[in-house]
Amino acid sequence: MLAYYFRLGVRSLLRNPILTMLMVLTIGIGVASSMTTYAVFRAVSANPLPEKSLQLFAPQIDIWGPQSRAQGADMPDALTYTDAMALLRDKKARRQTAIYPVNLTLVPQDERSEPFAINGYAAYADFFSMFKAPFLYGGAWNMAQDDTHAAVVVISSQLNQQLFQGSDSVGSTIRLDDHDYEIVGVVDGWNPKPRFYDVNNSDGFNDAPDIFLPFTRGIDLQINTNGNTNCYGSAGRNPGFDGFIHSDCAWVSYWAELPDAKAEAAYRDYLTNYAADQNRAGRFHWKPYITLRNLVEWLDYEKVVPPETRISLWLSLGFLLVCLINTIGLMLAKFMRRAGEIGVRRALGASRKEIWTQFLFEAAMVGVGGGVVGVVFTGLGALSVGLVFEPDIARLARVNTGLIGLTLVCALVSTLAAAFYPIWRASRVQPAWQLKSN
Amino acid sequence: MQISPILAALRYHKAGVVLIAMQIALTLAIVCNAMFIIHQRLVRMDKPSGVEESGLLVVKNEWAGKPATGQIASLMAADLDTLRKMPGVANVYATNTYPLSNGGFANGIGHSPDKRNYVSVTAVYFSDENTLSTLGLKLVEGRNFNADEINGLGDNDKIAPAVIIVTRELARRLYPDGSALGKTAYISNEPSIIIGIVDRLQIPWVDNSMARWADCSTLLPFRNLVTITHYLIRTQPEEIEDVATRVRATLYATQRLRVIRPKDGVKTFAQVRAAAYKSDRGMAILMGVISVILVATTAAGIVGLASFWVGQRRKQIGVRRALGATRQDILGYFLTENLLICMAGVVLGGLLAIGLNLWLMKQFEMERIAPGYVLAGVAMLLLLGQCAVFAPAWRASHVPPVEATRSV
Repeated sequence: MLAYYFRLGVRSLLRNPILTMLMVLTIGIGVASSMTTYAVFRAVSANPLPEKSLQLFAPQIDIWGPQSRAQGADMPDALTYTDAMALLRDKKARRQTAIYPVNLTLVPQDERSEPFAINGYAAYADFFSMFKAPFLYGGAWNMAQDDTHAAVVVISSQLNQQLFQGSDSVGSTIRLDDHDYEIVGVVDGWNPKPRFYDVNNSDGFNDAPDIFLPFTRGIDLQINTNGNTNCYGSAGRNPGFDGFIHSDCAWVSYWAELPDAKAEAAYRDYLTNYAADQNRAGRFHWKPYITLRNLVEWLDYEKVVPPETRISLWLSLGFLLVCLINTIGLMLAKFMRRAGEIGVRRALGASRKEIWTQFLFEAAMVGVGGGVVGVVFTGLGALSVGLVFEPDIARLARVNTGLIGLTLVCALVSTLAAAFYPIWRASRVQPAWQLKSN
Repeated sequence: MQISPILAALRYHKAGVVLIAMQIALTLAIVCNAMFIIHQRLVRMDKPSGVEESGLLVVKNEWAGKPATGQIASLMAADLDTLRKMPGVANVYATNTYPLSNGGFANGIGHSPDKRNYVSVTAVYFSDENTLSTLGLKLVEGRNFNADEINGLGDNDKIAPAVIIVTRELARRLYPDGSALGKTAYISNEPSIIIGIVDRLQIPWVDNSMARWADCSTLLPFRNLVTITHYLIRTQPEEIEDVATRVRATLYATQRLRVIRPKDGVKTFAQVRAAAYKSDRGMAILMGVISVILVATTAAGIVGLASFWVGQRRKQIGVRRALGATRQDILGYFLTENLLICMAGVVLGGLLAIGLNLWLMKQFEMERIAPGYVLAGVAMLLLLGQCAVFAPAWRASHVPPVEATRSV
């Protein structure tokens, strides 16, 4: 019987090829626009570290007071060097790290090749275990090396490929700017997206960092931050690197690992007490105010998903809705035009259920057709998202089997949903009426 | 044309009527908000930077191996000299940042050495005596920097300029009641004298959050002697491509220990502008494409359902024609029917459009939609409905009266 319905469906769809094509195209384009924008949205809203995202926290301390907010300055999304060092000394979390982005240069030994830029981060030993960085060779430096300001470095597998042709380079030395560093580890293509620990400085979707070096070493060598420095008001700090790091400019990212709710509450109290201490010491003149957000809340707070991505997704869904309403109308026209045929079938003994099956089959064929068109258009859409979104974000929208499957399912389900009302109408056709009038 | 028989007939096609009206309503809501977003983005992109953009080239240079401040001063002087001697180059200067670059820093500026007490936020542009002519800025009051006023500024050195040049907007904010020329302002904890006022100079950022002070820029007479420098190069507009292709090799030939990234180290200002407004342009394109497809889909839907109705009513049309209705009557019937449905749709759609706008305002900090957009959308959709229904209606009007006798 199904084969018969299939043949009936094909014949009916071929009878008005333009109407059929219109339905297939409508479904296809509607689904494709939603899928393309969804692919981008899914990529930018991904959780980069699901297994620990509720245990990693970024603190903020109100260092400028309520007056700054009245003047339009937001609470800084980084700490001052002074506060970051105080928090690190107290070590109240299970693990903690201060981080800042650095931009260095590497001069190759070979006279003919050009020097190149090296991007990376200065951090503490805990950084790697907190964020679960996978190592290809070697490992992180240890806390003793933090304390001795050791000249060590962890490099990326890409840099290892470029400099050492992918061999185990642990123990080798590289020269960054004007200083040598001993390689202690090579991370294995590690680039969480979004790069949650740096979203206060970047959009979070850049190329993987090349190196990581001890924070204490970076400060020793007076390596400047390559990220944002938030100061309040006009300039007015002591000159020199020392003047900079002891100013009330916020530029140090800080993360704490707190395993459970109890630890989180304790840390919150600790931060509040810290701010209150600063108050008593005469540094702040306002009610202590701190925030502590976990990784998921932090990504939300930093608006990692650009508003453009959200608007596009909503708009595409609205567009899909119009396409579906359109399909309902076209199907209604198509099915009701065959009222006579339905009447004959019903009079010859076909039950309503059989009419349902027949038309569901036909609708499913439209749905599958729409899905195929949708996959093609989604592919085209993914190729052209570069026109609409930032390049860093656009290249995240990839067509994979999951997306193709989702496109097909979405097309089929929405077509069947759209077909529901027209089929219901078709199944209610009164055979007697049809037979009488024809 | 009598409306009551049309309304009576519509009662037999409730589903189709509701579907078309809903489609019209949603299309109206989406399209007029999309048009509004496009307009807003175009306005943002249209904002003048104050810079004479054609023929302007930007080179981002990073010194390799961390040379000392004194070394950078001589390296930079040599570079400026090399660049100035390049054929096709009219002028050049070195700076920390430039308009639309999306990088740099901002400071408070005001009337008091107390840094927390400022009048406005301002972008800080390090400049020299060649900045005005290289960028093509229009000096409306006062004078340019003199060469002997330009000082070197090492990493984290104290920024306390003796003289500054500000934009007209910043001058107005500092001294709303008279000319700011010759007066002082505090950009550090020491006073600076405003020696010149330029007509316009946009800040490096185009974000909405900074739009409130987007025209408040200050030029400071410093050469920033740090690892990363941007050279701004004024070329003869017809030679910009030529200079752009040669500049990297020319600089490397004089000094190898530098990084000018092959990918984006050399950019024309047109590329800078395109990158700064990439997401705005993208939004405008996306909204435009979706609107066009949406309108086409809706039109196709109307054609489809109207054709179906005409097909269904051939007999009735034949009867009407046999009873003396003219072709115009039949044509008018279908056009009026469509107009009635569309009117119901646009009333609902107008409300939806405003609702959608309110939601967008809440979610995405958008502005209130101008009523003109909704009215234009209403007119467009009514016209679209009439155009879409015309072909089926035309066919209906050509149904011969003999159709009435065919069956029954």
